[in-house]
Amino acid sequence: MISAPDVVAFTKEDEDEEEAYNDPPLPEEYSVPLFPFPSHGANPWSKLSGAKFSRDFILISEFSEQVGPQPLLTIPDDAKVSGTFDLNYFSLRIMSVDYQASFVGHPPGCPYPKLNFVEDSKVVLGDSKEGAFAYVHHLTLYDLEARGFVRPFCMAYISADEHKIMLMFQELSVEFSKASECLKTGNRKAFANELEKKLKDLDYTRTVLHNETEIQKKNNEKGYYTTQAIEKANELASVEKSIIEHQDLLKQIRSYPYSKLKDSDFHPYKPECSLEQEDNLEHGFTTSKPDEPGEMNLHPRRASYTPKLIKAKSTKCFDKKLKTLQELCDLYFFTQTLDQLHQIEKMFRGDICYLLTNQISRALLKQQTITNFLFEDIFLVDERPPEKQSNAFQGSPLDSSDAKYLEVCPAPKTLTSSIAYKSSVESVPIKMDQEIEDTRCTEGSEPIPYDHQDNLGYLDADLKGSVSSGESIEVLGTEKSVAALIQSSGQDGQAILPQPLPSPQVVRSKAVSKRTISEDSIEVLSTCPSEALIPDDFKASYPSAINEEPYADEEDESLRFSPGLNLDHAGEVEGNAEPENLLPADSACCIGKESPSFSHPLPNLTPKLCDDDGVVSIPPRPYRQADQEFRVNFTDYSSHDGVLGGLLTYELDPHYLTSSPETSKMSLDKCSDSTTSYMSSAASTSSDRTPSPAPLVGQPGERHKKKAGQNALRFIRQYPFAHPAIYSLLSGRTLIVLAEDKGAVEKLVTALSIFVPSCGAYSKPVKHWTTTPLHIADFQKWKLIGLQRASSPAGLNMLHSLSRYNRYVSILDADSKTLRCPPYRGTLVPRLADHRTQIKRGSTYFMHVQTVLTQLCSKAFLYAFCHHLHLPIKEGETEESVVSRRLNFLKTHLGLASEDGKVVQYLAELLKLQYIQDPIWGVSPVLRFDYVPSALYKI
Amino acid sequence: MLRWLIGGGREPQGLAEKSVQTLGEEQTQNPYTELLVLKGHHDIVRFLVPVDDYRFASAGDDGIVCLWNAQTGDKLFELHAHTQKITALAAFPLTDAYEEKCHMILTAGADRAVIVWDCDNGRQIHKVSCFHSTVKCLTVLQRLDVWLSGGSDLCVWNQKLDLLCKSHLIDSDISAMIELPKNCVAAAVGKELIILRLKTSKDGTEWDVFEVKRLLDHQDNILSLISVSDLTFATGSHVGELIVWDALDWTMQAYECNWDASLHVDPQQEIKLSHSQNKISIQHLTSDEECVFAAVGKGIYVYNLQMKRVIAFQRTAHDSAVLHITKVPNRQLISCSEDGSVRIWELREKQQLTAEPVPSGFFSMWGFGRATKQANNTAKKAPESTTIYSLDLTGDLIGHSSAVQMFLYFGEHGLATCSADHLIILWKDGERESRLRSLMLFHKLEHSEDLQLRI
Repeated sequence: MISAPDVVAFTKEDEDEEEAYNDPPLPEEYSVPLFPFPSHGANPWSKLSGAKFSRDFILISEFSEQVGPQPLLTIPDDAKVSGTFDLNYFSLRIMSVDYQASFVGHPPGCPYPKLNFVEDSKVVLGDSKEGAFAYVHHLTLYDLEARGFVRPFCMAYISADEHKIMLMFQELSVEFSKASECLKTGNRKAFANELEKKLKDLDYTRTVLHNETEIQKKNNEKGYYTTQAIEKANELASVEKSIIEHQDLLKQIRSYPYSKLKDSDFHPYKPECSLEQEDNLEHGFTTSKPDEPGEMNLHPRRASYTPKLIKAKSTKCFDKKLKTLQELCDLYFFTQTLDQLHQIEKMFRGDICYLLTNQISRALLKQQTITNFLFEDIFLVDERPPEKQSNAFQGSPLDSSDAKYLEVCPAPKTLTSSIAYKSSVESVPIKMDQEIEDTRCTEGSEPIPYDHQDNLGYLDADLKGSVSSGESIEVLGTEKSVAALIQSSGQDGQAILPQPLPSPQVVRSKAVSKRTISEDSIEVLSTCPSEALIPDDFKASYPSAINEEPYADEEDESLRFSPGLNLDHAGEVEGNAEPENLLPADSACCIGKESPSFSHPLPNLTPKLCDDDGVVSIPPRPYRQADQEFRVNFTDYSSHDGVLGGLLTYELDPHYLTSSPETSKMSLDKCSDSTTSYMSSAASTSSDRTPSPAPLVGQPGERHKKKAGQNALRFIRQYPFAHPAIYSLLSGRTLIVLAEDKGAVEKLVTALSIFVPSCGAYSKPVKHWTTTPLHIADFQKWKLIGLQRASSPAGLNMLHSLSRYNRYVSILDADSKTLRCPPYRGTLVPRLADHRTQIKRGSTYFMHVQTVLTQLCSKAFLYAFCHHLHLPIKEGETEESVVSRRLNFLKTHLGLASEDGKVVQYLAELLKLQYIQDPIWGVSPVLRFDYVPSALYKI
Repeated sequence: MLRWLIGGGREPQGLAEKSVQTLGEEQTQNPYTELLVLKGHHDIVRFLVPVDDYRFASAGDDGIVCLWNAQTGDKLFELHAHTQKITALAAFPLTDAYEEKCHMILTAGADRAVIVWDCDNGRQIHKVSCFHSTVKCLTVLQRLDVWLSGGSDLCVWNQKLDLLCKSHLIDSDISAMIELPKNCVAAAVGKELIILRLKTSKDGTEWDVFEVKRLLDHQDNILSLISVSDLTFATGSHVGELIVWDALDWTMQAYECNWDASLHVDPQQEIKLSHSQNKISIQHLTSDEECVFAAVGKGIYVYNLQMKRVIAFQRTAHDSAVLHITKVPNRQLISCSEDGSVRIWELREKQQLTAEPVPSGFFSMWGFGRATKQANNTAKKAPESTTIYSLDLTGDLIGHSSAVQMFLYFGEHGLATCSADHLIILWKDGERESRLRSLMLFHKLEHSEDLQLRI
């Protein structure tokens, strides 16, 4: 993992870590007073005290037509989570900002009621009084018995950290859309079932009525109609009308544009959908499938359904019991959705910094496909392939036109694909595909040029202004708002922008926005579903919200984008103009953007490295990968001294840990002698952010990292000869840890395993414990071996084999605390493993190691892939001159002395092997070794 | 303990050291810095034979024949047919005599079968199992387009495995055979060396093999039989007799058995060393135009054919008996031993400026400076000559955990060693491999699209 040690404060640590820092206790008078809110964990910079719930959770509420807004369920379903938080009140809040009035009824000029396939709306709102901020996802489900056939629901992700919601908006939106899509698919199915039943009832009723009328007709010989007969005839007529209406509804629900789904990124239930479709096409409505056990109970087969007589006057809606969500959505899909929501809850657990750093790391890892295998945990790299889709910009398969569009348009993609359906007032005709295409075409063909700097400035000012307003609930932004605001800023005189989407819908949406913002006690910054707000109008009605004082962070003008820098990052900057990137952040702080990526010019880094005079107050921003591919011009790189020089400077800078000026401050934690560094890093994180209260639940990998890091720290402090031992591992010489006690061996092996480069895409070449004598093949396979020292004859054999093979191995004897291995005199390992390091936590140290190793990997990459280092440039060039060029490169350009050069050479060799490996046979492991004398180290 | 023994006259001078010469951990002249362990056998691997420039076959006591790629270490085929251990392995040289060119190998097993294999597809082409005894050796006579199998009798076959003729005169097993000029074959049978002649009718349909001569000069079993040149061949026996023969009239050209004497140890030591035959049995011989190299017991001796005497030696080149030696280019010699190690030697030649028989400069040049680290056993020519030869250790390869039976020198592809620990190890020049990988990498880069390389 490429990681920045500055975010350590947000990594997960358990209590068992505490034993590690058993420093002598401070005298009483110097000790820092305890954090006054111990109930919320020992996180002194948490703003938790404001919130009434203990961690983030997901709330599903419904706007019931009988009782109004009501919470249905929370995820996790634990009373402790929501605590004293008033769910009812919050439900009211979040339901009141639903801008979509899903209109079903008789539109003028249409004889039958129409169903709207309404897109969900996505809103961010905050309640500063409650200390709660939420991403709210509104959706409507169909219910035959409900008013207008629709039941409004919403799913809300509630967090105490406003920034988290804002920064994670895109991801939240994608994830919740998936869940919502799942729910709605189930609902459509259930609705169709319900309609089908209703139709049967109606049919039956009609037959009964018809019979009755016939009987009456027969009985009635007088020749005139009784009122009773007329009534019956009317009833019959209305039943028939009702049948036609319901048939039409059925047709509509069946004609739900699945093709639209195909356009979108996710198909969580495509098989079902298509199955269902087929089903419907082939034989009407036999929707019961044997593979869906839940359905059998809910919807018995048509054959077993006995139609009921429908009374002419149905019961009043207040008397009947409304269907539960579960009934509305078909149990199977309901449980699927719940599973998904649980996953979402897990996915977004933890502090925003942690999430963002992870996101950045993952995005960067994807770029480093060639070097990844060396030190990364593979499961991290390929982890959860669907997650790629969660980052819409990274995972979505963009065709070229889309990509182009992305570059020029500030609005997220999801917006554009569904833009036509979000309007709340218009009734959208059912055939939508055509329209999607149209919308896209117009947007794609009309790129919007705009000034990034100004827009960003505006964005910040606007949105932050709203945060600081005194109202108790604020809608901070919706997915449409940014586009609207950008436009507004443009029209405000800063920059003249063309209207991006001149469309007839503008007028209608204007009406909507006006209506909603007038609502009581709710401050609406922007309304969602219309893509083209008229900003003037909007501003006029709410000037104060926009022209509030600027956001505190913005006082630092240097944090703004400088246009010159942006030239290189044009694509990204545009990407940043997304709703979740509302913080004003220096591009330099976005570690992920520049540091190890070859696709950005490195020389830009060098000037920035020096000014580290600020404490981090800006969280890393979500990494936005433009569609740039990994293009490296090797010839240029190798011949261009500036590049290498840049790399070198970057390397030699004492604060080399991250390329960010702010974060380099944090690297104090790494190795400076300052005793307060740990505190400073902690303090520096106590910026404006409100870390989420939830302690992250560690994955097994996480736990392992922490443990390995902790053990490694201990090893470095305990053994003065840690450097040659680590050098052995890095240069591919097998290290054998020898001891009688299995526990001691395993501890050391765990500690040292973080320095072992992997040879292939599989697990690390580490053998934790063995008792049998070693053979040559073991050294080819394993690079770190834990070996039992036994006094038995077998043990003698083992020692014999060790002495025989001593040219291939380094031996760390944990019992007598000696190490026999080649000497090391480089500068690389001391940086990696400084015994005076101030790092206290295992995971911090692990990250530090990963950072250094990633740098090393990039050097190895450069070394392995530089063409002129391995092939003659001129014709007839001798092998010797190529060799000397190679050595010269290592020494002067990469700054590596002999032993360090060997490390890079070994890693480069692994890279080569991996790269040229046969896809079928895999890489054949070779054992490389040197004939170098060993030395014996003692404590 | 160092003991200097300076003889006079035509006696070579030597530096004798009791312990095995060792080399430090630093081996700058050892090119083999990369190894590949090839696993495929389940028992002792005894034979290696090259098939062509990059392939070789291995066989051993498990009855399996494996075909390997010497460059990549890939196992190409695993040939199963023999039910018992394999006793001989030979490769057919590629000939144009057949319409389809294919590489073939011959294997003989203790199951009294001989099988011809196609190396290109791993299929069994022919199988003969009509032998009365185990075939101990196989020899291909390329010139005559026949091959011979030697066991308790000698059979002549053509490539289609038709039995052409057979000799019944041999009462004991043939242990080795070589081709001699004039359609003759020398076969070692116990202590005897039998010369046989092949006769063929003009149309090539009728063949006959008959015994020409029996040479009874060896006192003990002949263990090695090599052809030195067109005109000479050499034999070595269990008691340490090295005889160089004339290949045309089968007369003895040179005889050397006095290995201990050539050391000029004092009588006491000679007794200590004893005449344990094991220590002086000639396990293997190899030669170039000038010298015959003999693996005698634990030692290696260089016998100059012109001077007819030993010019350089290492009395204890290995901890145990040397099993196989090969002369490789650059005056280098590789030996392998029962102790599981492979050693690389270099035959060095020094021009002595002074013609003094026992020059003091000799000591300063060879002696004490490096004596503790490296011992040099030099054999100096007679005082009138000024050239001193020495056999110096330049590298050792440690990998096998048991006796190294044989090795195969593949030139730049490296060295394949096979051992009783069931393994074959491919030793390679790390620098060269790294360079090759780089070449492959850039080649692949050129053809892949994810990285655009401009050359």
